[in-house]
Amino acid sequence: MEKLDSLLLQEIAGMHDIPMGAYNIRKNGEGLSRRSTANIEIRTKSDKPGIDIIVAPGTVNESVHIPVIITETGVDDLVYNDFFIGEGADVLIVAGCGIHNAGSSKSQHDGIHTFHIGKNARVKYVEKHYGEGEGTGERILNPVTVVEQDENSSCEMEMVQIRGVDSTKRDTKASLGAGAKLIVTERLLTHGRQEALSNIEVNLNGPDSSAQIVSRTVAKDSSKQVFYYNAVGNEKCRAHVQCDSIIMDGATVSSIPGITANSAYAQIIHEAAIGRINNDQLTKLMTFGLNEEEAEEVIISGFLK
Amino acid sequence: MLELKNVSFTVDTDGGDLEIINDVSLTVPDGSFTVITGPNGGGKSTMAKLIMGIEKPTSGRIFYNGEDITELSVTERAKKGIGYAFQQPPRFKGLTVRRLLSLAAGSELPEDECCGYLTGVGLCSKDYLNREMDASLSGGEAKRIEIATLMARNLGLAIFDEPEAGIDLWSFSMLVESFKSMSRDKHNSVIVISHQERIMSLADRMAVIAGGRLKSEGTKEEILPTLMGEFTQQCEFRGKEGL
Repeated sequence: MEKLDSLLLQEIAGMHDIPMGAYNIRKNGEGLSRRSTANIEIRTKSDKPGIDIIVAPGTVNESVHIPVIITETGVDDLVYNDFFIGEGADVLIVAGCGIHNAGSSKSQHDGIHTFHIGKNARVKYVEKHYGEGEGTGERILNPVTVVEQDENSSCEMEMVQIRGVDSTKRDTKASLGAGAKLIVTERLLTHGRQEALSNIEVNLNGPDSSAQIVSRTVAKDSSKQVFYYNAVGNEKCRAHVQCDSIIMDGATVSSIPGITANSAYAQIIHEAAIGRINNDQLTKLMTFGLNEEEAEEVIISGFLK
Repeated sequence: MLELKNVSFTVDTDGGDLEIINDVSLTVPDGSFTVITGPNGGGKSTMAKLIMGIEKPTSGRIFYNGEDITELSVTERAKKGIGYAFQQPPRFKGLTVRRLLSLAAGSELPEDECCGYLTGVGLCSKDYLNREMDASLSGGEAKRIEIATLMARNLGLAIFDEPEAGIDLWSFSMLVESFKSMSRDKHNSVIVISHQERIMSLADRMAVIAGGRLKSEGTKEEILPTLMGEFTQQCEFRGKEGL
């Protein structure tokens, strides 16, 4: 593996080497390498670009890594990845995209991920987005995530974008069956003139389903962030949406809450806050001997952790 | 040794300058436990902030171990061994108690050491170590963690701003014991702003600040009796007025 490839893979998927378990590495719009296991099959789609990841029922404590890296300028990559998680399975899925754009043309990756999570299955999904490169070409990531959860399944999604992505438009839509549980955590830092838009809609369709959407974001310089989160309760259910943003410099942040109850038994809460780092927080850390920049860094990294 | 020489602090208000601290000179000797007391709004917390560098005096100088630190920043003073526990500790989303204690200590602290500090302020350590220092903590809990951050340091001068505020009666005795051992083992000199007689009983020296001025200073034996007398006098006076 080339050095740049392995640096990007380390950044987005914490991979130091070829991972254990099933994996599929995609580079510059093409498959680079792949491994299926006895319980997890990865196969190329026949009708459109992308892969199907099929996890056999009852598979436990296994992982799938499907990182995407782009090291060339001018790449426009669109890929459809469908996950079929069998009943009672318990798996970790690590996705993510790293772009190194050293040229002047834009490089873009749009990953359309659809999860079909079977009864009683558990999924932990980690997605990290990262951009770098000295070129003037834009680095763009527009992920779409669709989640369909069967009865009593559980899904925990951690979606992180820290630095380097010029523009991102994230769309996440989930439908929850009876007793299903979803936790979405979105962490985002934008700087320079970056723009980020995130739409999340969760439909709680089954009785006793529950969802928690947590967003922690930091907007620096003249970057822009917009969030539309909507939790829709169609049955007896619980949902909690919590958006917290730190705003700095000349950035702008819009947090547009939406909660909808179509049942008298739906309990849905939305909390949103946007604010700058307050002076007392900085001063407190400075009384430990940190300078202002170090104090700011500690506050931001703690907030985004 | 800390020396304040003719320190004044004035703020601009709509109605003109407002004098918060007026020509205060005070010496805090090495190895001493000094309690600063006085009525609310008298300027005690401002004094503490001036010593830590959070506010800068309008006039006068502050010396620490013979060095003029008047122009030094909070960070520089912290590096010279001055620490300050806030009256109202700020909250941090995402920052765990353990991380905060480690930041105070200047290096990653082992778990048992963190637990020791938390136990010292009356908190069951295993419940708090990985909790965030955010708004979910009660005022009393945050206050005790704030005190623990100063326990995690070895300071030349530790300043506590009303450490007893928000601490329940049951934990207070333990806190007094912690202050005793802290002043003995951890820090060279301790300044505590307090109204509590039991904290005052730990003092070697006391200073009374009222109306922005240093009203009196001396040993505990000299000052404490005058405070009680003053209280009685004021009560009598109010009583007479009431008649």
